Amino acid sequence: MKKTLFDKIWDSHVVESIPNGPDILYIDKHLIHEVTSPQAFNELKERNIPVFRSERIVATADHNTPTENQHLPVKDLLSRNQLRELSQNCEDNNITLYGLGHPYNGIVHVMAPELGITQPGMTIVCGDSHTSTHGAFGTIAFGIGTSQVAQVFASQCVLVEKPKKLRVNVNGKLRKGVLPKDVILYLISKLGTNSGTGYFCEYAGNVFEEMSMEGRMTVCNMSIEMGARGGLIAPDATTFEYVKGREFAPKGEQFEKMKSYWETLKTDEDAEFDKEFSFDAEDIEPMITYGTNPGMGIKISGAIPVEAGKSDTKALKYMGFKPGESLLEKPINYIFIGSCTNSRIEDFRMAASYIKGKRKADNVNALIVPGSRQVAEQIKAEGLHTVFEEAGFVLRQPGCSACLAMNDDKIPEGEYCVSTSNRNFEGRQGQGSRTILASPLTAAATAIAGKLFNYTESLN
Amino acid sequence: MEKFIKLTDTAIPLEIENIDTDQIIPARFLKATDRAGFGENLFRDWRFDKEGNPTKDFSLNDAAYSGSILVAGDNFGCGSSREHAAWALKAYGFKVVVSSYFADIFKGNALNNGLLPVQVSPEFLSTLFSAVTENPSEEINVDLEDQKIEIKSSKVSEHFDIDFYKKTCLINGFDDIDFLVSKLDAIKKYEEKQLQL
Ligand code: SF4
Repeated sequence: MKKTLFDKIWDSHVVESIPNGPDILYIDKHLIHEVTSPQAFNELKERNIPVFRSERIVATADHNTPTENQHLPVKDLLSRNQLRELSQNCEDNNITLYGLGHPYNGIVHVMAPELGITQPGMTIVCGDSHTSTHGAFGTIAFGIGTSQVAQVFASQCVLVEKPKKLRVNVNGKLRKGVLPKDVILYLISKLGTNSGTGYFCEYAGNVFEEMSMEGRMTVCNMSIEMGARGGLIAPDATTFEYVKGREFAPKGEQFEKMKSYWETLKTDEDAEFDKEFSFDAEDIEPMITYGTNPGMGIKISGAIPVEAGKSDTKALKYMGFKPGESLLEKPINYIFIGSCTNSRIEDFRMAASYIKGKRKADNVNALIVPGSRQVAEQIKAEGLHTVFEEAGFVLRQPGCSACLAMNDDKIPEGEYCVSTSNRNFEGRQGQGSRTILASPLTAAATAIAGKLFNYTESLN
Repeated sequence: MEKFIKLTDTAIPLEIENIDTDQIIPARFLKATDRAGFGENLFRDWRFDKEGNPTKDFSLNDAAYSGSILVAGDNFGCGSSREHAAWALKAYGFKVVVSSYFADIFKGNALNNGLLPVQVSPEFLSTLFSAVTENPSEEINVDLEDQKIEIKSSKVSEHFDIDFYKKTCLINGFDDIDFLVSKLDAIKKYEEKQLQL
């Protein structure tokens, strides 16, 4: 039978299929962090079950960490306690932890790929919905709940029903200023936030083939915002080139051997999908969201749709926008460039290239948070920090930060924030905060102008 | 895990679509390291105003409504994988959530905690909303064995789907960990086979 990329990886990881029930799926890598793991460790302790394969688990601290003074003890007591518990649990169970301050520390979906922990053909889970990011490498990667974290601790497996298969094709040439973030925001605005529920999505077409690994990660990251369990892209020369030489990637002969296997990981011609959509790259423009779910997106030059449903009315009221309104010229006081969607070096290079030699508008607070220590180092090595500092941007230490505002990095009530993160839910960036999702370029341009404007005309 | 077989109770309507996990339990309450206590902060920013007083127009604060069944708008539980959302609903006292659509991860989390997600048609959902808002003491029957949900007084009912394996787990109060641990031999065999490839 003709198989899709997804089938190939899934089928090779099935330990057993339960008749009339889920599959027992073997997990190659289990990533954990401080927020969704403590209850799972407790569960195991209470039942007296040991961690089965500690060498397949990697831990980091990211969600709840401060982005300033990381060398000092964490001020917030609850956060400190959660971080301490993570360290203790990792120590007790022989699990590798890249905690706060470690050179490999970072947002779980940024640090694992950059260390070569993420490799094509793997199954990867983490107690975090944006685990879909790793699909960029041609892996089956998805978020799980804490009960499932405990299951993986106990058995290195999860019980899951095989999802259905969806393919989204984008072909053509992207316009100037259109970034991978715009592509995925566009797709979600077209397909809706639950079009992918029950599906795993393969992204195909020349647009994704020509994208860098970092761009592919941005796209796969937001698969969950379409409702899908995960997204994936067939590994190719770009993937192998990225993985090669990374800390935990296979080396030498082993790498070549793996590579010849990875090369087989693509959808067979004529393999069938349960659902398929196709789009033209030329139709995509820089995107922004106007509401409180990521599907409520428009072209930056466009207007909020007039025909508003019930949930739209609620969302627009929260955002302080009107149907039919254009958001160009809206004053914006906050911008955030960070999160597992857009906090890799390319994102900061892109922002810096726009910002260089300019200064942020006086009304704007501009926050830049790298996704990992390694990205932070790279920012320095390339001198981007001076570009940001001279432009009046604040550069912080790595972590999830204002993406979910568990730490002190919050957007004040009623304020708009153009953010490169992935969720614009009510209060996501702080109580009463109003999030406008966009690409790093849009965020940078907004910071300079102090308002939303159509910068594409000024790009050369 | 607690068993779930049948339930007859009144319901609380929450006629809002796309209720995401950040609304169910905001991130700032995720710093705890045990499962208890999340009920207090369920729907925190909708239930309470800035001073911490209960809001007037929110159905969970409306004395007319009570019960362990939550009837919610389409696409319930979208957003993050935080199981805290299921814990918060459970701790608050809910045993069933009815909606016309559930996000995948939330659905799994709910089932793993003995909170039954009942997915109904949009038509049945709107009938249910009307029945409950017109008569808050209307009782709803939820029968997991027959996979049927029924409005007691009018006898209007609908069949709902549930994974056979999950249904068995709920009815017997088993959970996935017990099951997976019983499969460790098969899992080890799989690992050996993989090593040889
Ligand atoms: S950056 Fe945001 S979306 Fe990504 S893992 Fe952290 S909290 Fe989740």
